[in-house]
Amino acid sequence: MSGDDVRGALSLLLIAAGMLFFLAGSVGVLRLPDLLSRLHALTKADNLGLGLVVLGLMLQADDAFEVLRLLLVWLLVLFASSVACYLVARSALRAHGDAPTAAPEGPDEDTRDGR
Amino acid sequence: MAAEVQVFDAVLVVLLLWLGWRALASADLFKAVVQFIVFGLLLSLAWVRLGAPDVALAEAAIGAGLAGALLLDTLARLGRSGAADEARPLGLTPARTGIALAALGLAALLVASALALPERWPGLAEPALQQLRASGVSNPVTATLLNYRAWDTLLEVGVLMLAVLGVWILEAEPALPRPAPDPMLGLLLRVLLPLTVIVAGYLLWVGAHAPGGAFQGAALLAAGGVLWHLARPLSLGPSPVVRAVVVLGFAVFLAVGVATAVLGGGLLTFPPEHAGAIILVIEAAAMLSIALIMVALFVGRERAPSDAGIPDSAADASAVPGAPNPGAAP
Repeated sequence: MSGDDVRGALSLLLIAAGMLFFLAGSVGVLRLPDLLSRLHALTKADNLGLGLVVLGLMLQADDAFEVLRLLLVWLLVLFASSVACYLVARSALRAHGDAPTAAPEGPDEDTRDGR
Repeated sequence: MAAEVQVFDAVLVVLLLWLGWRALASADLFKAVVQFIVFGLLLSLAWVRLGAPDVALAEAAIGAGLAGALLLDTLARLGRSGAADEARPLGLTPARTGIALAALGLAALLVASALALPERWPGLAEPALQQLRASGVSNPVTATLLNYRAWDTLLEVGVLMLAVLGVWILEAEPALPRPAPDPMLGLLLRVLLPLTVIVAGYLLWVGAHAPGGAFQGAALLAAGGVLWHLARPLSLGPSPVVRAVVVLGFAVFLAVGVATAVLGGGLLTFPPEHAGAIILVIEAAAMLSIALIMVALFVGRERAPSDAGIPDSAADASAVPGAPNPGAAP
């Protein structure tokens, strides 16, 4: 098995692992009972899932510049999604008082802002 | 490979149709807006699949991003009572029936004309590419927008200018008491604003030979400006500086048009040896104007200092508004 084969296999493995996180995150958003748990599920998909996909894509990159660009994409999404997650959680806390776990109807829509 | 791609395309089309329908039909306006934003993002994917990255960039940034922000802002202004539209889900009033019939008729015409295209029609791509060397740029999309069809783009910039004039003429809606910006938004702004400025400049420059250009750069700048407004409320009323920047793009474009009409080959016919520089100047001015126009559309006209646009639901918090930055162009 040549180096390229190993690299391709590793890349596929990493991307598949990342997809697993996205799948788990989506299932979590659909299935978990309250807003904060849903946010928790969603952010895992955002940072770990995307991180693994980006790592996998880096292995297929042609040059160092492309690797850096992919890294930048991941860092930016990481940063924006954590701030967005914080803002969603905070506005939910304000809207529902200090008992966010009791959010009855709305959390479904709120969570989608975090994407 | 081709089969997977076709499956992806089919899923994309089904999702687009479904999201479009949901955005129209869902009774909750907030859901409708979120579905519209997701619709825009998927639509930009569709443009990528069609090999039009320029359009995809513009759709993602303007169609999904800025239009979404405008809609969320509108929802916040409507308040809780206005956000529930009793007329939804869709009842068929005569007006709606008429609009639906007109839209269906238009769609039928478009489908019919697409089917009526000859099997092998070369299109205008060939002549456009042949003239590319004389256009001053090597990206055929930019050549089309800023050279072959510069007239259209001039009018587009004019339409945007008129839009912001319309917003300024309308008396501002009294806004809800403004929730103060969250400190985290300030952090986001400090990190992202320099990046948006750099990337906008890059898009402007790279537009000459790759996907990018004035509109895409302006959309990014405007996104930075909207973020700025959410983090530290801007006041972007029709002050002289703001007016000057709003008019700048159209004025420069028009001045170039007049100059080429008087000195050269005709209105907006650029001499090939200077076309590249002319296009860059027009695009730079247009980018600044379009960006400021889009931010001004979002900020709206304030009645009182505290009446600036309201951040969307994800962005409210609890302190005092920051100092306004009059006339600050992003």
